[in-house]
Amino acid sequence: MATDTRVILICSGKGGVGKTTLTANLGISLARQGLTTAVLDADFGLRNLDLLLGLENRIVYTAQEVLEEECRLDQALVKHKQESNLSLLPAGNPRMLDWLKPDDMKRIVDMLKEQFNYVLIDCPAGVEDGFKNAMAASQEAIVVTNPEVSAVRDADRVIGLLNTNSIKPVQLVLNRVRPKMMANQEMLSIDDVTDILALPLLGLVLEDEQVIVSTNRGEPLTLNSLNSPAAKCYLNIAKRLQGEDIPLIDPAKESSGFGAKFRRLMQTKIF
Amino acid sequence: MAMTLRDIINKLLRRQPASASTARERLQLVLAHDRSDLSTELLDQMRKEILEVVAKYVEIDVNEGAVSLETEDRMTALVANLPIKRTMSGQIKLKEPKNQSEENSKEIEGTDQKL
Repeated sequence: MATDTRVILICSGKGGVGKTTLTANLGISLARQGLTTAVLDADFGLRNLDLLLGLENRIVYTAQEVLEEECRLDQALVKHKQESNLSLLPAGNPRMLDWLKPDDMKRIVDMLKEQFNYVLIDCPAGVEDGFKNAMAASQEAIVVTNPEVSAVRDADRVIGLLNTNSIKPVQLVLNRVRPKMMANQEMLSIDDVTDILALPLLGLVLEDEQVIVSTNRGEPLTLNSLNSPAAKCYLNIAKRLQGEDIPLIDPAKESSGFGAKFRRLMQTKIF
Repeated sequence: MAMTLRDIINKLLRRQPASASTARERLQLVLAHDRSDLSTELLDQMRKEILEVVAKYVEIDVNEGAVSLETEDRMTALVANLPIKRTMSGQIKLKEPKNQSEENSKEIEGTDQKL
């Protein structure tokens, strides 16, 4: 039995900012570090975590059957093929949304806590019941956002709710960072986002086409494509979660040459 | 507000500012409203009433006055920027006490009507 299990909610408010991709990659990375990790798909309406992990064909039971006591927890858990430390608890039927209560989520998470070092909860978009149920079962949270006005605004709403529900720590992951656009000041900078949201930055993830390729295959980047820019970012985030002191990537240094030097000069703060 | 070299060049060339600074300003404004749960109508009404109260004591330029919500580190502040009209001698023109009491009674009537 694992002690001191960390239960982390991965949420964003806005949809499509990269919650599920982060959950899948963090799950793989933590499992790689030898930590037993459960990823729980709390997005009962639009589940996708199984697909990103390539486990969609191996689901027999879901969280629903566990709650209805039609099966045991270990029958519903789907162990990852390559990373045996990682298990997925799939989301049940969307009809679960009609009856699921915060206490149901707590029951599931309590069961998972007995077996795993980490429980990562992939939260649905929005700030309604699905989010509130998932939050009720969580201790800490990672808020994922993009350097875009709508994503930052929605993240702010979510952070407000997390704060009033005493979830802590709440840390920020800034996803889909485009260094060149940031250097040209056509994208909110890292400082802009962390200042506005007033959260500690757990990490940033560079925009990377390989993310789409990995989704197509159902193999998270951290599994087989460790040299891709985004995979390195995900690995760093997993290490920082474990308390390692890994310096942040400086997006300005990701592009090089005269153009990059010029763009850095233009970024100089005068006053 | 922080300005970068690019911002300054854009300003000198009268070009549009880089979109990141526009995004930052728009976000700060919208978040201040989101966080305070004040609707635009309520804020407008508050602005009007604040201007009325201040106008009782000093002459202000009502068209220039701005009352806004600003936010920093998840703390929201109500910031009123009310330029006070000055007399030719450069002194702030205070209203006559007589006028002030008139204004006061008007104000009370106004409030009654609203109720």
